[in-house]
Amino acid sequence: MIRSLPNSPLYKYTYRFYIVCFFIFLIIPLVTISVLAFNNSDFIALPWKGFTLDWFFANTDQRTGLFADEDLIQSIVTSIKTAFYVATISTIVGTAAALLFEEEQFRFKSLLYFLALSPLVIPGVILGISILISSTLLGSYLEEKFGWSVEFLSPSFWLVVLGQFSFCATYVMLLVGARLKKFDRSLEEAALSLKATRLESIWYITIPFLRPAIIGAFVVAFLISFSNFNTTIFLIGSDPTLPVDLFSRIKYSSTPVLNAVSFLIVVVITVVALINLFISRKN
Amino acid sequence: MKNTEGFNFTFYLLIVPVLLWLILLIVLPHIDLFISSFQVDSDTGGKIFTFEHYATFFKNKIYWLTFVNTAAYAIGITVLSFIVTFPVAFYLTKVISKKYSGFLTLLLLIPIWVGELVTVYGWMIILGDHGIINEFLMYTGLIDKPIKMLYSNFSMVVGLLYFSMLFMIVPVMSTLESLDDSLIEAASDLGASKWTIFTKIIIPYSMPGITSGGIIVFMLVIGDFVVPDILGGKSSLWFTEQIYNEFLSTFNWGEGAAFGFLLLVISSFIIWIALKLTGQKLERVGS
Repeated sequence: MIRSLPNSPLYKYTYRFYIVCFFIFLIIPLVTISVLAFNNSDFIALPWKGFTLDWFFANTDQRTGLFADEDLIQSIVTSIKTAFYVATISTIVGTAAALLFEEEQFRFKSLLYFLALSPLVIPGVILGISILISSTLLGSYLEEKFGWSVEFLSPSFWLVVLGQFSFCATYVMLLVGARLKKFDRSLEEAALSLKATRLESIWYITIPFLRPAIIGAFVVAFLISFSNFNTTIFLIGSDPTLPVDLFSRIKYSSTPVLNAVSFLIVVVITVVALINLFISRKN
Repeated sequence: MKNTEGFNFTFYLLIVPVLLWLILLIVLPHIDLFISSFQVDSDTGGKIFTFEHYATFFKNKIYWLTFVNTAAYAIGITVLSFIVTFPVAFYLTKVISKKYSGFLTLLLLIPIWVGELVTVYGWMIILGDHGIINEFLMYTGLIDKPIKMLYSNFSMVVGLLYFSMLFMIVPVMSTLESLDDSLIEAASDLGASKWTIFTKIIIPYSMPGITSGGIIVFMLVIGDFVVPDILGGKSSLWFTEQIYNEFLSTFNWGEGAAFGFLLLVISSFIIWIALKLTGQKLERVGS
């Protein structure tokens, strides 16, 4: 059953066969997309018509490659910008939340902690529509009462950032909190007894200890934001993010240029994952 | 004295951003969602209280049937993802040597980070009329014309299972990793069968991981929109599609808010029941 126990060959090979099938199931969509990104055909499906780099570089009347497709490049840029802001704000607030819930005692702590975890069990669609409703209400209230028109309260870039931040902060809090649980509190106490302020002890002792988790959480928040669709779709203004752009293209106008974008994403993610594996092996 | 003052200042520095986050982006929006689900625009431009949106839901068979259908699929996919991934989680943590498991675990994470839209697009190509499966079957002569797989409940289940199952395997693997092999060895030495070991040791031990994974998978599936919309085709009855339509096509936000609120209540209720049945707590699910 486990490494150290003997098994019948039938059991062993059936099990291994199942694992192989599972991993084929796992990677087949990624392999298919990647291979067909180089297919010299105007359709996204088979048959294979020979190798081409058109779907990356072409800029003709018939074919627009990824790097010539301004809308697509623009949506990638929007996604990177969004993900950067979301990851930054989420990392700051999520880390504050982790410190708050691990180290401080105060009234209503468990209620607040419950609220901070709630985005895990609220479907993204619901977060999207409720933030849309309340920002619209607030926006029209400010408009009527004071005549202010606040741009980021209507669907726009910053509303997407706020919406994605609302649940990314939870993931940061959990990742940083997990590392904080392993922190030796006597180090902080030592700093405090040596006349450091509480803030100084956090900044010079706790934060450096948390650094790997904070960097990891930033990356996770970035990736979650980059691929989010469910919340984003309700808050989006005139500039689509990449998933929103991909969605409408998949539904209405799919060409192999979608494979080229997907291939690029698969490559970037794989490289990031391999770097991550390499670093964690080294530690 | 300096320390105690500094302590308070730090406390406020930490709690203010957290309170702003939770009140402005979690609590208030959901209160607004709740209130607008009971409101309708009056002729004079104001708002009037109404039960109309909820009445619409319960009076129209199509709405609540869609809802039941969505919940049933979500539960089914959750169970299926457990069955499909548990042997793999066990294999990677307990059977294969550590040397390979790191790499294979990494392989599991890649589809998650690549994102739902890309993988859904991949399945669209695979299952299409000229997709890999149909082309292969026709090439071998097993079939003459393509089997219709895309835009059906089959392709929807494949897509939902594919993107959600990895959220089951990760927490299950992390609980299995802490299971001491000697427990299994001891049971085996005492003559326990594989089935006994599986049901009496392995499953009870990994219950916290299974519960976290189950909750995440259930929430992802019940709240998913991309897979049912792209792979499910026109006849797929999916509740988030109704919400989407109310907000982005017919602009009936009150109705959409009511649907959203119902989805939130029922999904929380199902999770609450699951937690009660398995004796787990939400706080543990996070970790």
